[in-house]
Amino acid sequence: MTAPVLEIRNLHKRFGQVEVLKGIDLTMQMGDVVSLIGSSGSGKTTLLRCVNLLEDYEEGMVAVAGEQIGYTERNGRRVRLREREIARQRAMTGMAFQHFNLFPHMSAIRNVMLGLVKTRKMAKDEAYATAESWLERVGMADRKDHYPGQLSGGQQQRVAIARAIAMNPQLMLFDEVTSALDPELVSEVLAVIKGLVADGMTMLLVTHEMQFAHDVSNKVVFMQDGRIGEEGPPDQLFYNPKSERLAAFLKSSKF
Amino acid sequence: MDYDFNFAAVWRDFDLLLSGLGLGLFLAVVSIAIGCLIGLLAAFGMLSRHSPVRWVSTAYVSAIRNTPILVLILFTYFALPQFGLRLGKIESFIVTLAIYSGAYLTEVFRSGLVALPTGLREAGLTIGLTEFRTKILITIPVMFRNVLPALGNNFISLFKDTSLAAAIAVPELTFYARKINVETFRVIETWLVASLMYVLACSIIAALLRQVEARLAIPR
Repeated sequence: MTAPVLEIRNLHKRFGQVEVLKGIDLTMQMGDVVSLIGSSGSGKTTLLRCVNLLEDYEEGMVAVAGEQIGYTERNGRRVRLREREIARQRAMTGMAFQHFNLFPHMSAIRNVMLGLVKTRKMAKDEAYATAESWLERVGMADRKDHYPGQLSGGQQQRVAIARAIAMNPQLMLFDEVTSALDPELVSEVLAVIKGLVADGMTMLLVTHEMQFAHDVSNKVVFMQDGRIGEEGPPDQLFYNPKSERLAAFLKSSKF
Repeated sequence: MDYDFNFAAVWRDFDLLLSGLGLGLFLAVVSIAIGCLIGLLAAFGMLSRHSPVRWVSTAYVSAIRNTPILVLILFTYFALPQFGLRLGKIESFIVTLAIYSGAYLTEVFRSGLVALPTGLREAGLTIGLTEFRTKILITIPVMFRNVLPALGNNFISLFKDTSLAAAIAVPELTFYARKINVETFRVIETWLVASLMYVLACSIIAALLRQVEARLAIPR
């Protein structure tokens, strides 16, 4: 049996004195789509950011494709991996951000090419062709020479998604990718993600789009005060919440 | 005032003034290039996690900025040899000006780095770049474009500061102007021509810098 794409065991994360993750367990197999929902401050974005070590974690473990992220055991002590190793591990996953974070001094296609050339060591022309086909895929091929500042939020986010998936990650992380968008631009980004789900991409999403989470996920996780409050198939969580907290949350989210 | 203008004496040595202007430009370019490297290192130093590094960077910036540049020039040229560090006039001046501009550029770069959205660095990391390559490929180029106007202003004032090199007999424009002044006593003509040469050179540099800024600007 192959290792799960993502395995999180007893994950703890503290910001100073405040413990924001208090023991998270989560396993994802290939092709799984898991949505993290919950009110702000519940730890869902922090959880996502521990997976690619944008946040260090103090206890427990995160493993992608069977490989522990960020740390190793040496003589019974937990040590942080070297910078180069961590960089290699980060490229096993891809991430799309709430604020897109495109490189403003590069055209759309150069944004997508950068990781292919520098991390994947692709030749320039191969990287160009790959980047072009992914931009095509997200409907941005005709804007490939535009700079981020010349694109709308929805267009920037689609380029940012292309930049992440062009790297061929084993797991895609989406961090509230529609939260900074004008309402009329949300659907074009969600459509792109739906297309990737149809392709069988494994993904972990933090989202406030409840209908979307319900439609695309095969599992939904409700985060509550740094713990998993409730988890299960979307129909069960959305239509049959066990806890008061989840029911109240869903009501306030107008689901 | 009844004064007979006579520029002949100045024109006779105009090639000296021109070569002096050229040397001044050379000094400014070399100094700001080195100053940029120093400033970049010190800017990252000021933002370092390690307090001794922060302390050293801050001490450098405040020590240099709180010392008059003429004093720095004289100190490097006359006092350092007493400690066994003997530099030629031009080398000594370049060292001084580079260290001096580095202190001001530290502040320029530091504020430029602080102003960048943190997501830029994170985006670089998520595509598998190391911290160092993220700086080289993303944060520094973006910051650099953002601070280009401030960098240009620094360059122009640095160019004007090269006139102080006359104090240690570096043969730049002011040095030659003083020489012509002493030899011909054409005081008004000499300093008028020298001043106009500075004005003209600075205006041309400013115009060129605006071109560069426009070309390197991040498209919006």
